[in-house]
Amino acid sequence: MEQTVYLQLEDGTSLCGKHFGAPLKEDVIAEVVFTTAMTGYTETLTDPSYYGQMVVQTFPLIGNYGVNPLDFESSGIHMSAYITREWCKQPSNFRSQMDLDTFLKQQGIPGIYDIDTRYLTKRIREHGVMNGRLTLTAPTSENAKKLSDWRIEDAVEHVTCKAPYEMPAGLPRFHVVLWDFGAKLNILRKLRALNCSLTVVPAHTTCEEILALNPDGIMLSNGPGNPKENLSIVAELSKLCKTGLPIFGICLGHQLLALANGADTEKLKYGHRGANQPVKDLATGRNYITSQNHGYAVKNDSLPSNAELSFININDGTCEGVRYTDFPGFSVQFHPEACGGPHDSEFLFQQFINLMERRAKECR
Amino acid sequence: MPLNPNLKKVMVIGSGPIVIGQAAEFDYAGTQACRALKEEGLEVVLVNSNPATIMTDAAMADHVYVEPLTLDFLKKIIKKEKPDSILSTLGGQTGLTLSMQLAKDGFLEQEGVTLLGANPETIDKAEDRQTFKNTMEAIGEPVIPSVVTNTLEGAVSFAHTTGYPVIVRPAFTLGGTGGGIANNESELREIAAAGLRLSPITQILVEKCIAGWKEIEFEVMRDGGGNVITICSMENLDPVGVHTGDSIVIAPAVTLADKEYQMLRSAALHIIEAMGIEGGCNVQFALHPESFEYAVIEVNPRVSRSSALASKATGYPIARVAAKIAIGYRMDEIKNEITGKTKACFEPALDYVVVKFPKWPFDKFVYATRKLGTQMKATGEVMAIGRNFEQALMKAVRGAEISHDCLADAKMRALSDDALIEKILAGDDERIFGLYEALYRGFTVEKLHSLTMVDEWFLEKILHLCELEKRLGADEITPDFLRELKQNGFPDKTISRLSGGKTFPHLPYVYKMVDTCGAEFAAETPYFYSTCDEEDEAESFIAEHASQKPVVIVFGSGPIRIGQGIEFDYASVHCVWALKEAGYEVVIVNNNPETVSTDFNTADRLYFEPLTPEDVADIIRIEKPVGTVVAFGGQTAIRLTKWLSDNNIPILGTPADSIDAAEDRGRFEALLKELHIRQPEGTTVHTAQEALEAANRLGYPVLLRPSYVLGGQNMIIAFSDADVKEYMDIILSHMEGNLVLIDKYMMGTELEVDAICDGEDVLLPGIMEHIDRAGIHSGDSIAVYPAWNLSPAKTAKLVDYSTRLALSLHTKGLINIQYVISGGQVYVIEVNPRSSRTVPYLSKVTGIPMVDIATRVMLGEKLKDMPYGTGLYPASAHTAIKVPVFSFEKLAGLDTTLGPEMKSTGEVLGIAPTMTEALYKGLVGAGYQLTHKGGILITVRDTDKGEIPEIAQRFADLGFHLYATEGTAKVIREHGMQATLVHKIHESEHNTIALLESGKVNYIISTSAKGRIPARDSVKVRRKSVELGIPCLTSLDTAVALADIIKSGYTPEKATLVDICTLQK
Repeated sequence: MEQTVYLQLEDGTSLCGKHFGAPLKEDVIAEVVFTTAMTGYTETLTDPSYYGQMVVQTFPLIGNYGVNPLDFESSGIHMSAYITREWCKQPSNFRSQMDLDTFLKQQGIPGIYDIDTRYLTKRIREHGVMNGRLTLTAPTSENAKKLSDWRIEDAVEHVTCKAPYEMPAGLPRFHVVLWDFGAKLNILRKLRALNCSLTVVPAHTTCEEILALNPDGIMLSNGPGNPKENLSIVAELSKLCKTGLPIFGICLGHQLLALANGADTEKLKYGHRGANQPVKDLATGRNYITSQNHGYAVKNDSLPSNAELSFININDGTCEGVRYTDFPGFSVQFHPEACGGPHDSEFLFQQFINLMERRAKECR
Repeated sequence: MPLNPNLKKVMVIGSGPIVIGQAAEFDYAGTQACRALKEEGLEVVLVNSNPATIMTDAAMADHVYVEPLTLDFLKKIIKKEKPDSILSTLGGQTGLTLSMQLAKDGFLEQEGVTLLGANPETIDKAEDRQTFKNTMEAIGEPVIPSVVTNTLEGAVSFAHTTGYPVIVRPAFTLGGTGGGIANNESELREIAAAGLRLSPITQILVEKCIAGWKEIEFEVMRDGGGNVITICSMENLDPVGVHTGDSIVIAPAVTLADKEYQMLRSAALHIIEAMGIEGGCNVQFALHPESFEYAVIEVNPRVSRSSALASKATGYPIARVAAKIAIGYRMDEIKNEITGKTKACFEPALDYVVVKFPKWPFDKFVYATRKLGTQMKATGEVMAIGRNFEQALMKAVRGAEISHDCLADAKMRALSDDALIEKILAGDDERIFGLYEALYRGFTVEKLHSLTMVDEWFLEKILHLCELEKRLGADEITPDFLRELKQNGFPDKTISRLSGGKTFPHLPYVYKMVDTCGAEFAAETPYFYSTCDEEDEAESFIAEHASQKPVVIVFGSGPIRIGQGIEFDYASVHCVWALKEAGYEVVIVNNNPETVSTDFNTADRLYFEPLTPEDVADIIRIEKPVGTVVAFGGQTAIRLTKWLSDNNIPILGTPADSIDAAEDRGRFEALLKELHIRQPEGTTVHTAQEALEAANRLGYPVLLRPSYVLGGQNMIIAFSDADVKEYMDIILSHMEGNLVLIDKYMMGTELEVDAICDGEDVLLPGIMEHIDRAGIHSGDSIAVYPAWNLSPAKTAKLVDYSTRLALSLHTKGLINIQYVISGGQVYVIEVNPRSSRTVPYLSKVTGIPMVDIATRVMLGEKLKDMPYGTGLYPASAHTAIKVPVFSFEKLAGLDTTLGPEMKSTGEVLGIAPTMTEALYKGLVGAGYQLTHKGGILITVRDTDKGEIPEIAQRFADLGFHLYATEGTAKVIREHGMQATLVHKIHESEHNTIALLESGKVNYIISTSAKGRIPARDSVKVRRKSVELGIPCLTSLDTAVALADIIKSGYTPEKATLVDICTLQK
């Protein structure tokens, strides 16, 4: 019989489920968020943007097709714990290497299942994102109060690469510096597929160090945490904006680019996490279904005069993209690299290539 | 972009009669579309020959034509109504094909009518096999190696190069009619020949067989701005090879990793874009189970059965959104009405799984071939929602009304291992039960996967159910174990039975919402399903949305089957509306995804659940209804009566005791005796021996049927001891311990009455007379309203009998009574104190809203306070004739002879100022090709030979050449007519089959004393006629009617059009 595990939320809600994955040696405290994506749990698990969080899958059957390392979006799992209605003990897929439980054990990540994930999701929807504690001992109301003080700290520091590294492309047309705040591997794959050679640099890299690499363009990656905590990165980035280099930001990269240009960000009540988020391209009126994973957003009314709102979320009107008028830069809140989720907006990588092409022509 | 300002008047073409492959889903789609158009202020013209539909209600459109769906009639309507546009994509294959033909011959352009939804080029890209292949190749989407051919030799030479097996798919046919898998040349020649014949353009596709690949479907949507989304993915449990309509389906797809899922999703969007569809589209893929290789199997550029399922599975109203897109809207301008907050531009996120389980007609058609293939055979389906696959599958199985409450099957358990494996390999409708049994016995998942190619994921889940069944026998039912059992779909009753009667406390269900978004947004109009979990959402939702109105629960009619069709959904929906109107909060419980009743906004709340006592008990606990309604949901709802009554749950309308009094033979006999009303003499028997004795006492022919029947299930007319023996064997093997009723069969005129009774007065909206004599099931008879040859005295007698029967049964609501007049006497054959199949038809032609009145009567209103009067309502100036429609071409091996067992799947209505014209329209609408010259083959049983000369004379007078088999020819010649003798099949090469194939015969009249068994000559002739599309009449009365109609010389030009909306004002 599986161990009983409790999930306590800061509003005092307490749910009881069963343990799976790595042993729960001590209580795990993290921000509890939900994702509505129905496929792509491997990508979700290995997405570094979930650092400091425990993730609820609203789709109840997780692990159906097993786990395959080729689908990883980073070296491993960065979230703190995993919450599902049910996990699949006998996965079926020709690429499956192991089941979900084995993978969580291998990565040292505890999980809880047989829990009313829909109820939990609704708690988060109604109350807003909350901290939670995964524990083996029946929780008390005393404990709940302490939970609200907990904060995710130094999130980017934990998931960025430790040292720069290069990823050459076969027939390189452009050299892109990918500023790694917790980058998903598919950003790298997409750029390389478009014949970009990459230098991936850690979060604490300075503007000067980046320029010294002589890049054709800068890719700002996704990543975890509150964008405003990255003051030094924002400062370096604002210098970079003045160099005229093409810049493309995704998710946290998008938020940092906005902050570097004087815009403001805010925390959303419960964020956007899933593979079904509709956005609208304000220039063309076209709608796209996108993959998203963010708890913060750029405030529409804070955009400076050199920035144009380029995409909005069709559900709630929040900022999904910005285009800059004084340098060849643009950014999106959603994930054009997909994995998991729809590939409908991958053309944005080509737009980035186009910017580098144009600049190359101008410099010639 | 908002509404296209050029549109003012839109014509919607429905899908016509219900046939296998095209059922109630198009009433659901069409009804949504009509509403979506009307709320934009557009004038709507609707055409559909099927009267049993909500969409043909006067309130649904501004002009409603229940006219034959043929080009001639459509052109006539267009010329009269002058619509500016036609919506082509909501009337199934029928609507799409007709729209395309209207466009292609230039008629639409000439009349200045725009085609909305899909243009002819789009339709061709999807429907014409060669154009489809070219389009896919042009955009780089893989298709299966194939050849499009118009000849048998083309098919054979292709198969020589690719090797067998190959699949044959005819172009432009419904539900894959005429297709099949050929394993060798002789099979190919047979299947390809049939396919070429059935294709309206004599074209087939022969393709490499990829049986065993996964079959995955996507429902996608595109608007005029080029925006594209996917609504739902679906995975078939049965791999490629079984028609998706006959497959158990799960949504969303479960065995695909994100890489495969996104690959197919992108491909589906790529395809809808390349096709230029504005609206919904269904894309079917085959995916190799062990690689990324895939192929596009089929694209339907319209709403479909799958889109109805996807709509109900996700909460996304595909037909509604498609209609809005067709008139100019973009998806981000259309509201998602379930959440009330978001837009139609999003992809539904599910936090449950859905299982669709088909409903096949094999319980009724015991001689039809059960093997499933590329040709759909199911008449309907159920949908079940659960938090896991096991739970949803268990609900689906018990909701399908196939006498199963779990997957364990006594018949399978009795098989030897070898026989079991053989059964599984046979690939028929019972394979799922065979797989369960094999796993229960310890056959491995690997072994069964290799035999069937059913994905291991599904087999593992079924194995899980086996393990639970085994543990039930061995373990104590602890609270934890009980919870586990309930989470995996075991009802209390089943747990109790499988555990050998162990006792345990009831663990109540909780209800979760279907909200399109996985709880991301609060929902305004959700629907509910049961599960076993922490939080119940229904109770709090009810509390938050409290209206102070009393609650009434309406029980729906479950899956569509022969004998219980769309008519009962029509009645259920009207009951819901009438209750709403009367100030009640209305809850509906049903599990049929194809219907209007399960649309999210039909009732105030919808529970998508099986209709068993245990499944509705917790709904009743939560909803606390002041009343429940069973009268409109056919036998499915009626079956709940006893349980409701035993548990003191109030039933509105006719009391449970009256339903029992009408169904219990002894009580019913006593009642008739008391009322001095005659019924055919009969008795009740238990064994074959008793049956033989009774039959001989009553004198042949006799009518045999099990008690508690539906649609004449297992009902026959026996002419001899041998017939009685054969049938007692079948009936007793199906339902042991059941009583069998045996009656004297009365040859005569059959009449049918639907009446409304309030306990004091009775209103008879009309009397219908059948063209076919008694003995042919009323559902298969051509019925005429008003009765055309009933004397005033007999009419008075019928009104008197009906009134007294209704009153003495304490009827409050609808009652259906069937009579036969034989030898000048009126006999009662059957009384059903509930809604019947003829209610929608009669409501439409009389203009009396029968269900609405019946509902108000159930609530206590009196007929005398309503404007319709009491007694027999004055007959309409129009004659309306219901003509049954069959799906014989879908059901190999089934004898087409009509008898007391119902065989039709749907019906059309012919409505006109005269009976002849109404019959003309009815026959044309039902698909009869009215040829005015040629040949007729007559081959009848001895008992019919007395009548045949007169009928033959009619055809001879019309100039038809008569062909007949020996005995029949002799009789015809004796009456001075010429008849060419045709040999029986075994007698000569120049036999009946060869004659049919020669094309010389345009009609067949065939009756036989025996039949049913496919090996018999007469059955072979009738099956051949189905294959060749030659009308085959097995009822002499229909034959006479047909001759009269041919003689009348009616043509579409001469026909009058009747706008139903003008009848009801």
